Amino acid sequence: MVRFDDVGLKYRRAQGKSPVESLDILRSVSFEIPQGGFRWLTGASGAGKTTLLKLMYLAAHPSQGKIEILGVDAAKLPVREAALLRRRIGVVFQDFRLLGHLSAYDNVALPMRLARRSEAQVKSDVTELLHWVGLSGKLDRKPAELSGGEQQRISIARAVVNRPKLFLADEPTGNLDDLQADRLMMLITGLNKMGTTVVVATHNQRLVKDYPAPRLEIAHGTLAFDEALVWAG
Amino acid sequence: MAKKIDHLGLRSAMADRLLPVLVAAMSFLAALAVAGTLAASSLAGQWNQNTGADLTVQVPDPGDQAVASAETRLQAVFSVLAKSPGVNAPHVLTADEVNNLLRPWLGQDAGQLGLPVPAVITAQWSGAGAPDALRAALDAVAPGTLAETGTHWAERVAALTASLQASALSVLLIVTLVASAVVAVATRAGLAQGRDAIEIIHGLGTLDSDIAGRFAARVTMQTAFGAVLGTLCALPVLFWLASLALPFTGVTADMTRAASLPPVLWVVLPSIPVLAACIGWVTTQFTVRGWLRRLS
Ligand SMILES: Nc1ncnc2c1ncn2[C@@H]1O[C@H](COP(=O)(O)OP(=O)(O)O)[C@@H](O)[C@H]1O
Ligand SMILES: [Mg+2]
Repeated sequence: MVRFDDVGLKYRRAQGKSPVESLDILRSVSFEIPQGGFRWLTGASGAGKTTLLKLMYLAAHPSQGKIEILGVDAAKLPVREAALLRRRIGVVFQDFRLLGHLSAYDNVALPMRLARRSEAQVKSDVTELLHWVGLSGKLDRKPAELSGGEQQRISIARAVVNRPKLFLADEPTGNLDDLQADRLMMLITGLNKMGTTVVVATHNQRLVKDYPAPRLEIAHGTLAFDEALVWAG
Repeated sequence: MAKKIDHLGLRSAMADRLLPVLVAAMSFLAALAVAGTLAASSLAGQWNQNTGADLTVQVPDPGDQAVASAETRLQAVFSVLAKSPGVNAPHVLTADEVNNLLRPWLGQDAGQLGLPVPAVITAQWSGAGAPDALRAALDAVAPGTLAETGTHWAERVAALTASLQASALSVLLIVTLVASAVVAVATRAGLAQGRDAIEIIHGLGTLDSDIAGRFAARVTMQTAFGAVLGTLCALPVLFWLASLALPFTGVTADMTRAASLPPVLWVVLPSIPVLAACIGWVTTQFTVRGWLRRLS
């Protein structure tokens, strides 16, 4: 479960000698996603989608309000518990964030190795997943030797390989063609059916139409529309 | 198995050879400082043993005529000494003995240099404190005569030793601080270089202790390696210094020089790499954990 309760986020920025300018990025955002729920996160560029996801994967902390991730209060988390919670969250970043010195295979294997899975398990899961995203022949390639779409598929594989309880994706189809996007959606819906809570930020209108799920619409840093409330009636 | 994977890219991030080299240089200094302290204290010990009760009297121009007497200055001084309480077994050193004494400073045969060598009388001093009355009596018959007890020298040597040891200790302290600073700077450079990778694996839920541990393991290896290198480089210098010190330690030249390093040194020197490794590990742990705090 994910719950935001009156969450606000300010970025403080020192402007030379003048007093610190504080930028309101998010204001009083409240919503709840039950465990196993699926949400599209939509909104214009610069609305605050990436920032909202950052709060969910614990890379940012709210200046105001309360956040609960997978039933845990994110504010009161000791460093170690936060790390363990992060292992249960799979994230596809807008800029992929692959490790440049590791092969595609090792990048995808990373979360499993962190969880101290056996190498046999790692091998079977990683090769199967990379086969599924169409990268069977490129296990040994470094990210720099792959196209944007191929890197995106590696980052998707890395995000799902540990069967996370919360899956977050930031424009995951930005570099994919329709066929690949549909394969990705099969992966995500499969994960979702097994109980993973999913939030996907996207501009892809077709995807939102083809895979109906409640939308969370962000506009200028506020939650403009929580479709789940409408669907619930 | 997973241990072989270099998740942080440390191999490239910290490929700089600079850290081991700097640590080697500092271990070299530390080895010299340690050896210096030990040598100073063992020398001081010997001085105290040998010379504590020694009385040495130097008579310049020994052949000249003494004051108000038909005797030579040397004869006059000797008879005063023989009569004085507290002075036992006075002995006029032969020319050979004087040459032996001066050889470390002046070379093979000091006599051939044509220097005005004073006569030297040695004796045992059992009087209390400084021989001031004796000095006055000697000066009266042969002006310019110098009388020194070993206690006087022993005190001076003790003071010298203490200040040498204090200097060596401050060298060790400074070396330790600089080593920590160098390790911290190198670690921070590694962190800055590997920043993206660290943020990524931190985001995937790697524990701070794991990240710090990987950095620390690498730095510990590098500092230990550098310190072994530096200490080994110091060895020849230490042997050379030990051979220079031979005449002062009462060991004569024909005795074997190979084992002339103090035995304590064979225990202390190997502890330098161990200490360096500890400094490396502790400093890296603190630096990395401090740096990671801003990510959480
Ligand atoms: N680190 C930051 N410091 C200051 N402002 C930021 C920072 N990150 C994002 N912003 C601002 O926050 C707003 C929302 O950004 P973002 O969440 O990336 O939008 P979106 O993902 O919806 O396009 C933008 O106006 C952006 O300029
Ligand atoms: Mg964005």
